[in-house]
Amino acid sequence: MSAVGGAAGPVLQVEDLRVRFQRRGEVATHAVDGVSFAVAPGETVGLVGESGCGKSVTSLATMGLLPKRGVHVSGSVKLDGEELLGAGDRTLRKLRGKDMAMVFQDPLSSLNPTVTIGTQVVEVLAEHRGMKGDAARREAEDLLDRVGIPDPRRRLGEYPHQLSGGMRQRALIAMSLACSPRLLIADEPTTALDVTIQAQILELLRDLVQGSGTALVMITHDLGVVAGLCDRVHVMYAGRIIETAERRDLFARPRHPYTGGLLASVPRLDGGRGAPLTPIRGSARDTIPWTQGCAFAPRCDVALDDCLVEVSGSEVELADDGAGRQLRCRHPLTPAVPTAGAHP
Amino acid sequence: MLRFIVRRLLQLVPILLGLSLLLFTWLRLLPGGPAQAALGERATPEDIERYNQVFGLDQPIWVQYLKFLGRAVQLDFGNSSRTGRPVTTEFLERFPGTIELTVFAMVFAIGLGIPLGYLAARKHGSWIDSTSVIGSLLGVAIPVFFLAYLLRVVFAVDLGWLPGSGRQSVRIDATHVTNFYVLDGLLTREWDAALDALLHLVLPGIALGTIPLAIIVRITRAAVLDVVNEDYVRTANAKGLATATVRRRHIIRNALLPVSTTIGLQTGLLLSGAVLTETVFAFGGVGSALKDAIDLRDYSILQGFILILAVVYVLVNLLVDVSYGLLDPRVRVK
Repeated sequence: MSAVGGAAGPVLQVEDLRVRFQRRGEVATHAVDGVSFAVAPGETVGLVGESGCGKSVTSLATMGLLPKRGVHVSGSVKLDGEELLGAGDRTLRKLRGKDMAMVFQDPLSSLNPTVTIGTQVVEVLAEHRGMKGDAARREAEDLLDRVGIPDPRRRLGEYPHQLSGGMRQRALIAMSLACSPRLLIADEPTTALDVTIQAQILELLRDLVQGSGTALVMITHDLGVVAGLCDRVHVMYAGRIIETAERRDLFARPRHPYTGGLLASVPRLDGGRGAPLTPIRGSARDTIPWTQGCAFAPRCDVALDDCLVEVSGSEVELADDGAGRQLRCRHPLTPAVPTAGAHP
Repeated sequence: MLRFIVRRLLQLVPILLGLSLLLFTWLRLLPGGPAQAALGERATPEDIERYNQVFGLDQPIWVQYLKFLGRAVQLDFGNSSRTGRPVTTEFLERFPGTIELTVFAMVFAIGLGIPLGYLAARKHGSWIDSTSVIGSLLGVAIPVFFLAYLLRVVFAVDLGWLPGSGRQSVRIDATHVTNFYVLDGLLTREWDAALDALLHLVLPGIALGTIPLAIIVRITRAAVLDVVNEDYVRTANAKGLATATVRRRHIIRNALLPVSTTIGLQTGLLLSGAVLTETVFAFGGVGSALKDAIDLRDYSILQGFILILAVVYVLVNLLVDVSYGLLDPRVRVK
């Protein structure tokens, strides 16, 4: 376990989280397969991986937002030491929006189109802080102002479609911060935005987190976001964490071939025109179950026979690799290998 | 908004012109003229000729049409060839009945349809869901006259629980102010008259409301199923809002958008006359009047009623469009 955290202990402690989707008469899918991580107060942790690697499901399971039917969640998710898995709907509703909040990927579809921004901010204040009328309105105005929305009074009376993309995401962030949560999960918060707006939103998140000691979980496929924001990074593949490291360490010397591939596939400005990109071959679908070997082996350039359980007789375990790094690989890249795209 | 409304109202002009021309020629293509219908099969050619002369039916058709148009713009659609009374008077007497029936049918359809549709969606895949899906299919598929007849035979004739014909019992001596019988009863404090009129609405109202009910159940169910999977409902849950708030403000509010359109369109359809239902229940509304007028080739009634109903239909649709703008801020016209 990555026991990060100060004397106060971690805000979020996820242990051996497993999420299985199963519909009647169909084969079960293990979307999340034994994921463990912790986030300390004020710390920003990144969950990185391609679409379908289980990072979003991990966050939804943490918030208790997965549908009930056909979904089996096991393991442990603790918020400030309180177990969330198996907690009742009422308990979770009291925690969500107040102690833990979430910002989603697409700000337009994440806002109710028929309700004003004001109402959507005020309803959080009403639910968790019992605020009403003018007081709630003023607080909402203040929140919009804090996330950098100009002319907040006017914006309160407007509908989501009247705001720009960046403004909408700011409004969503304002809602999530309304009760100064201990934990904030941001699921690809910048993916749907322009590059210039992305930077602004990331900076906003960083400022807000640094000022308040909120623990931030950043879910992304974008290594640029990781480089700019995260203290610690967990790289996920096929539902499992395959490498965990401090941000600088990870960028300076990735050890898992998948992490190395991710870094190498980022286009470089100094690579010269026409320099070929180096993608990871295949797609996230070319995978084998972890019970048969390393799920990444079919796409891995350095895979050997003993990456398969058939040959080695055991599954590849996530093991400590010294210096706060964990690794799930039998043939890691040597530290000496110069890495492309390194960007501390 | 105002410009939108005016433009829509102006569109009425070509619609009415076209419709009136169509009606006028189509009615005169029907076999057997009004004289034949009024005087019977054994009428002599002379009788028929005199009849046609009196009602101006011997003139060329375009002359008749222009005369008709000229009077119609002054809201004069001529007199009924059956009762001899002005068409407008007949209409004003009968339309309140149809409005009452429509309101009853729609209250029945909405009051039952939205909760049922919502329940079916929330219990998606359960027996409640499949029952309401099958039920609504049946509701649309059953011919309305058959259902009307069935209801009448079972609940009025056999069981005698509810009145099965007319708008009010003959034994009731009611004062009529507005021709809305239920409303009249309330206005004049003749409670028994109001109740009696209301009871007369039950069976035809249910027969008439069944198709709208079935449609509303299906649309509500589909809309709720759509909306519960929307990102903003997930956001609402992530905000930790109470289940009731999520349901009311974020699910139902958005799911009702498509439902409201359906409700408006169905209301327009019912208002334009429920010929079959009204005929089965001998309900003195616009629908049964149309049926009688066709039997008697009562040109004036047919032309007048159908044109007025067309205007009503267009106005109701306009109202639907305007109210949609009020419900959904995204389509609000500046």
